[in-house]
Amino acid sequence: MFGLDKKDTSLLMIVAVLTMFAPFILNPFPTDSGLAQFNAGYPDLMQRFVIFGIFAIGFNILFGLTGYLSFGHAAFLGIGSYSAVWMFKLLSMNIIPAIILSVIVSGLFAVVIGYVSLRRSGIYFSILTLAFAQMCYNMAYSVLGNPASSYNLTNGETGLQLLLDDPRVLGVSATADGSIPVTNLFGLEMRGSETIEMGAWSFSFSAGYYVSAIIMLLSFYIAIRVFRSPFGMMLRAVKCNQNRMNFTGLSTRPYTLAAFVISGMYAGLAGGLMACMDPLAGAERMQWTASGEVVLMTILGGAGTLIGPVLGAGAIKYMENIFSKINDTVLHGWFSFLPDGLEDFVVFVIHPFVGKGWHLTLGLVFMAVVIFLPGGLVEGGQRIMNLIKRRKKSDDDAAETQPAAE
Amino acid sequence: MDAILLQILNGLDKGSAYALIALGLTLIFGTLGVVNFAHGALFMIGAFCAVTLSKILTISKEVVDPTKTDFLGNPLKVKVPYIESWFGESFGGAIIDWSVPLAILFAIPIMLFVGYAMERGLIKHFYKRPHADQILVTFGLAIVLQEVVKYFYGANPIPTPAPEAFKGSFDFGAMLGFEANAIIYPYWRMVYFLFAGVIIAGVFAFLQFTTFGMVVRAGMADRETVGLLGINIDRRFTIMFGLAAAVAGLAGVMYTPINSPNYHMGMDFLVLSFVVVVVGGMGSLPGAVAAGFLLGILEAFASMNWIKDIIPGIDQIIIYLVAIVILLTRPRGLMGRKGVMED
Repeated sequence: MFGLDKKDTSLLMIVAVLTMFAPFILNPFPTDSGLAQFNAGYPDLMQRFVIFGIFAIGFNILFGLTGYLSFGHAAFLGIGSYSAVWMFKLLSMNIIPAIILSVIVSGLFAVVIGYVSLRRSGIYFSILTLAFAQMCYNMAYSVLGNPASSYNLTNGETGLQLLLDDPRVLGVSATADGSIPVTNLFGLEMRGSETIEMGAWSFSFSAGYYVSAIIMLLSFYIAIRVFRSPFGMMLRAVKCNQNRMNFTGLSTRPYTLAAFVISGMYAGLAGGLMACMDPLAGAERMQWTASGEVVLMTILGGAGTLIGPVLGAGAIKYMENIFSKINDTVLHGWFSFLPDGLEDFVVFVIHPFVGKGWHLTLGLVFMAVVIFLPGGLVEGGQRIMNLIKRRKKSDDDAAETQPAAE
Repeated sequence: MDAILLQILNGLDKGSAYALIALGLTLIFGTLGVVNFAHGALFMIGAFCAVTLSKILTISKEVVDPTKTDFLGNPLKVKVPYIESWFGESFGGAIIDWSVPLAILFAIPIMLFVGYAMERGLIKHFYKRPHADQILVTFGLAIVLQEVVKYFYGANPIPTPAPEAFKGSFDFGAMLGFEANAIIYPYWRMVYFLFAGVIIAGVFAFLQFTTFGMVVRAGMADRETVGLLGINIDRRFTIMFGLAAAVAGLAGVMYTPINSPNYHMGMDFLVLSFVVVVVGGMGSLPGAVAAGFLLGILEAFASMNWIKDIIPGIDQIIIYLVAIVILLTRPRGLMGRKGVMED
């Protein structure tokens, strides 16, 4: 289907079903139960799942296929966000032109940055991209963000926001009741959501989530096509042995540049979508720790695999939300079955890893993955599958050999 | 003329920090071939050694001071650090006042140990893995170290003052015969620069004039041959890792009075130090030092007002711009050896 073979079609279908039914799947616990805090089915978080999924899918096209480790991808995310917000300010609150502009602008930036950075490989490439991203970040924070200067593109520390006196040529500057209009897709408001109560459960369906999810599925589909195309094959060859490619008389640079631009546009798309869901853009989106985050997602899920980045993005965003919500009171609630002294001790031990300290957990998990499981969650899953298969096989073997031994 | 001198001086303290961190990075890269993204965290740990020592020294007990009363007429409780009650007010107070320089002694064993443990416990397993994996694992380690420090010390910067004797500034211009008040320079920055000079000279002397250093240099040139000669080069390289950590740590200790340490100060310096290493030439020690000072001074010049008027924002991006130009035109850096990581 859609030019995919059977395996990829089923993968795409699985992802499609999972994203479409995510409001149900991510809300397994009744609203009143103590476990309700593990529910992830609220619109804001689900949107972040799919948007960072797009970001990581794009990053994976570069890192997973060509092996070029970019440490500056967040720059494209930020650029996408800024362009989208500018579109909301100047043209209209429809998200289509905003997304188109953010993809184009970040693509242009990616062409320039990629053209320069891809002249080097290895660590040099990482450092070059890092330098470019830091340059963008510093510019956005200082010169381009100084409200007093004539080229205030980013509004600096405050972040770029919508105002009541923005022109919005094709829309209205302010709604009838004097507030800023909301982002929409031909009238479908991104903020709008429906909540359905089903017994003890409540599920919320937000328009914003479904729009992002459909865009995520589209980009996932495109990523599959890229992976399976001759172009994708070429990128893998670059990862395997770039020298040999060059020796055969083939210039690899156009291919790597294309991969870089595609992944930059993915990042821009993610940034634009982020601005669509919440029309605000700040420079901290471009900071290099944000670039580090997408690297974490891709590695955690499994670089070079199709589904890995999506899994990684989901896992990290879920951890961020859930872990940072757990506080001492919650912990005491969980361990109340233990004797008092022991309870306090257990809470004391776990305390640094949750709540505000969830980054510590993230760092530890990340290190553990890089050390023990370089292929990420996907490789972990495969190993477990293999283990089960092997055990089954050895059981079969044992069953066959035993009668002979008797 | 005096404006130029002032900018050079302004660049020196940051340049010293860049040079020290870049020196450590290069030592690690040159010996072990590892790209250490956690080096900034080591700088930060050094700075927090100073914070810890000053906290330990000021552990106080409450004493009722009969000579003073509060506004209700009750005797006032004052906090007296144990050090002061043990050694007397003047000597004990001097120890507390000099806590930052004293922290050097405190930090050296700690940093050596941290470096040693890091190399043996983690980095050792990554020599055969690709550079990307080394970057990633050390990046993860940097996050962990940073968060641990944040957990114990909080997220806010902790002011750690310099000794009373080095507070304030002096009129450097007047000494050289310029008009008065043209070049005012804080004492501590001068101290930092001299300190950095001593450390750098010490590291170079150690590598140049001791047998240990000679073996290490031989190992940097050809690890395999040195190993075949029956020398346990891995062990020496581990010690060099500890030394590099100590250099970064000391840079951090002495930097605390200039900038109050917070948990992410290492990351801020790390990115720039990488750029410095690249500009200087990967694996070249003199290159790292020279590029550190060069870029520090360049940054100071770029933040002059009339330059900022011509090209706005140049002070924020000058270092990166230089790095990009250098990488594209001379990939091995200013003083890099030919063929070392040139692609």
